[in-house]
Amino acid sequence: MRRTLHYDAVVVGAGVAGLTAAARLAESGARVCVLAKGVGSTHLAPGTVDVLGYEPDGSEPPRRVDSPARALPAFVAERTDHPYALLGVDSIRPALEWFAERIEHGPQQGYRYLGEMERNHLLPTAVGAARPSALVPETMAAGDLRGTGPICVVGLHPLRDLWASLCAANIVRLGVEARAVEVGLDVDRPDENALGLARRFEDPGFRRTFADRLAPQLRDDERVALPAVLGVRDPHGVWSELETWLGRPVFEIPTVPPSVPGMRVSDALRAALRAAGGRLVVGAEVGGAERDGERVTALQAHTAGRDTTYAARWVVLATGGFNSGALALGSDWVVRETVLGLPVRGAPAPGARRFVPEYFGEQPMSRVGVAVDPNQRAEGLENVIVAGAALPGAEPWREGSGEGIAITSGHRAAELVRAEEGLGAAV
Amino acid sequence: MTEVLHELLRGSLDHCVKCTICETACPFSNATPLFPGPKYAGPQAERYRVEDEPSVEWSVDYCSGCGICTQVCPQGVKIAELNAQARHKRKQESGVPLRDRLIARPTVLGRLGTPVAPLANATLRSRPFRAAVERAFGVHRDAPVPRFAGRTFRSFARRHSSPPASRRVVYFHGCGTEYYEPDVGEKTVAVLEHNGFQVEIPKQGCCGLPLQSNGLFDDARKYVLRLARALAPQARDGALIVGNATSCTLMLKREAREILGLADDPELKLVSERTYDVCELLLELHDRGELKTHMQPVNEVVAYHAPCQQQGHWIGKPALELLDLVPGLEVRELDARCCGIAGTYGLKREKYDIAMATGADLFRQIGASQAGSVACDSETCRWQIEHATNKPSAHPIELLHRAYGLPPAGADSKRSTLRGVMTRNVERVRNRART
Ligand SMILES: Cc1cc2nc3c(=O)[nH]c(=O)nc-3n(C[C@H](O)[C@H](O)[C@H](O)COP(=O)(O)OP(=O)(O)OC[C@H]3O[C@@H](n4cnc5c(N)ncnc54)[C@H](O)[C@@H]3O)c2cc1C
Repeated sequence: MRRTLHYDAVVVGAGVAGLTAAARLAESGARVCVLAKGVGSTHLAPGTVDVLGYEPDGSEPPRRVDSPARALPAFVAERTDHPYALLGVDSIRPALEWFAERIEHGPQQGYRYLGEMERNHLLPTAVGAARPSALVPETMAAGDLRGTGPICVVGLHPLRDLWASLCAANIVRLGVEARAVEVGLDVDRPDENALGLARRFEDPGFRRTFADRLAPQLRDDERVALPAVLGVRDPHGVWSELETWLGRPVFEIPTVPPSVPGMRVSDALRAALRAAGGRLVVGAEVGGAERDGERVTALQAHTAGRDTTYAARWVVLATGGFNSGALALGSDWVVRETVLGLPVRGAPAPGARRFVPEYFGEQPMSRVGVAVDPNQRAEGLENVIVAGAALPGAEPWREGSGEGIAITSGHRAAELVRAEEGLGAAV
Repeated sequence: MTEVLHELLRGSLDHCVKCTICETACPFSNATPLFPGPKYAGPQAERYRVEDEPSVEWSVDYCSGCGICTQVCPQGVKIAELNAQARHKRKQESGVPLRDRLIARPTVLGRLGTPVAPLANATLRSRPFRAAVERAFGVHRDAPVPRFAGRTFRSFARRHSSPPASRRVVYFHGCGTEYYEPDVGEKTVAVLEHNGFQVEIPKQGCCGLPLQSNGLFDDARKYVLRLARALAPQARDGALIVGNATSCTLMLKREAREILGLADDPELKLVSERTYDVCELLLELHDRGELKTHMQPVNEVVAYHAPCQQQGHWIGKPALELLDLVPGLEVRELDARCCGIAGTYGLKREKYDIAMATGADLFRQIGASQAGSVACDSETCRWQIEHATNKPSAHPIELLHRAYGLPPAGADSKRSTLRGVMTRNVERVRNRART
């Protein structure tokens, strides 16, 4: 017997781009399977939807964007090889709306994203820097540095991933009144990460004890900043209850990985995929394809004991970039696409500058991606559509554009397949 | 060869970027501070492990070997496999307690208990006896132990002859089916035959997984190679091997080759490449339009839990899709990770509480799901779920068997009853609740 499974579309990658494309496609009636060798950047990145936070223009630090809607037309006009230029600025809004709806109707009761493309939030990071972001979880929104009220940053012992005094001191340097307090939690181990605490905060007794310890330390007009640990399954419940108990705005600050808000996104998109009948296979690494002329007819996935062939009419390649292993830079300075061996674009020309010494500086190498046509199709292939960080031309960290690109390109990838296949409108 | 393999596993640790994704997924480190997590015990500690020097840390004993860390790692680090080898080395230094040597041998226990099943079952449910066993051997008094069926699956297999068909499969039933749940084996055979397979059931033994997870690698190698020899002849003739015990099929597919360093054994390789989880096989059949989908309605709500080892096949959740085909059946997918039992882990006195804490999220979800029963592909997980939730738990194949309206299992066995799977399981749970 041939070990082949057949799908309308196989999506490679379970980050935001892949899950968005897959869920959207499944919702329009396609038979979809996601193959991922591991989970995506969701569990690492802050869980906000950054559409455009900065316009890197050579100045240091780069110019901050207050309104992505207003900045984007000029931004793409100057950067014709940027993913947003390819995707079209108009395709961003419907994609974000789709995303926000999936969260709102997702498994986390009542949990919502707030914001719009007209105006970025300006949220403190774990080290108290200001970070612009378009769409943010409701549990973070009250942290806007332009909002009213001094900030009380609460350090939680024994979480080592947010130092309240450092965070508060840097917020003060931004001109916002802030101070730090520490609250000890009843945790039976020397060290606990954000996820461990998030699970504990889901226990009403645990958060009650916490609130009782914090309340006496607070001053009247303060808003409360906490590391992002307010529950994975029921963040809305945990957060709103704390706001009620403490009688003031409470907000989360994303920590270093693991990212609890990012895991909520992953859970919600997976639930949307499952609800629409899509399939998710985690652990299966794709390592080759069968081709027929300009079409990929099937993918080879490494599964336990042997390979499994996944035949598909369409492939959405949402494998990320260097950090997920989808791209690799060899000692010969050649960048390779590791999954299907596709041509890449955007690599610095021989002799040109590849890297700069500043880690968060303008890294020419970070713009490499899979070479695509205006319809996101991989060069030379009719039915392979590329989405997310695998696209060339962006510097997501510097621009604050990673999730915006991932959601928009994943959503558009699904639209392209839908149009070609004549599939119904998504529900 | 073992060295080469170990170097390959070890080489993978250079890919670790310390992203902590494995730590978010580890069911055990979240439940006990005694296991600080797969990243710490794996790629981090591995750098300090030197071939002929003593083990550098002991927490790997509290890793259950469920393998979820390897599955979710986006960088391809073989975390669970490295930890299994570290556990083995540690066990070699410290010695393996008698308890672990015993509970790692289901065939020995099965042969002892089967002829005296009523007595053995009653004894295993007697509080004073269990308290004494806990004191003397360290098997926790509340830990779930299965009931001996009093007959072996083999006794059915010997009498059974599968009608000739164009497609042949070899059925690998595992020890749980052999001694405790022969009904599940009969139903698996019936469902396969119903779908046009001729089912061969060669004489076979244990896959060695419990030995491996208890650090007894030498014995595990012997067991798994013996099994491979038993299954290889038919595989060589082109038959596929199919099993319902998902952790045992995973042992054949991948774990024995990667963890025990048997990657190059030709017979194991052949068997490994041809082994299927039963739901995986049926879903492929369905994909080709060849699965029988004429089914009777089963108007129930069932929760589905994919065991860790099932996830280690890297095939998604085929059972979920098969159950979706059953008319009337409402399937609730549970996304909590692990029931905590991990084969023999949760039986141990010092680990029982950790296992129950690990499973707490799952048990809570089961309670909240309003499902009448739980479908799950692994027998030890089913026993743990029944123990912790008082809800009956069945292999997905049992539900398919029912939906197909096939004759009840055990019909040709004098000791069995004609009751359906759920009634039988409800009974079992009630009994347990009483004792
Ligand atoms: C720590 C961190 C912080 C970040 N912070 C920000 C921020 O503040 N602002 C911002 O704008 N952006 C940020 N980003 C970037 C942003 O998160 C990413 O650009 C975006 O999430 C990319 O999503 P993706 O779905 O394209 O790829 P990913 O999320 O990387 O997913 C790739 C998927 O492909 C899978 N895969 C890869 N190769 C294979 C294969 N061969 N076979 C099968 N599957 C494969 C992977 O396992 C994974 O599931 C951050 C990223 C990280 C890692």
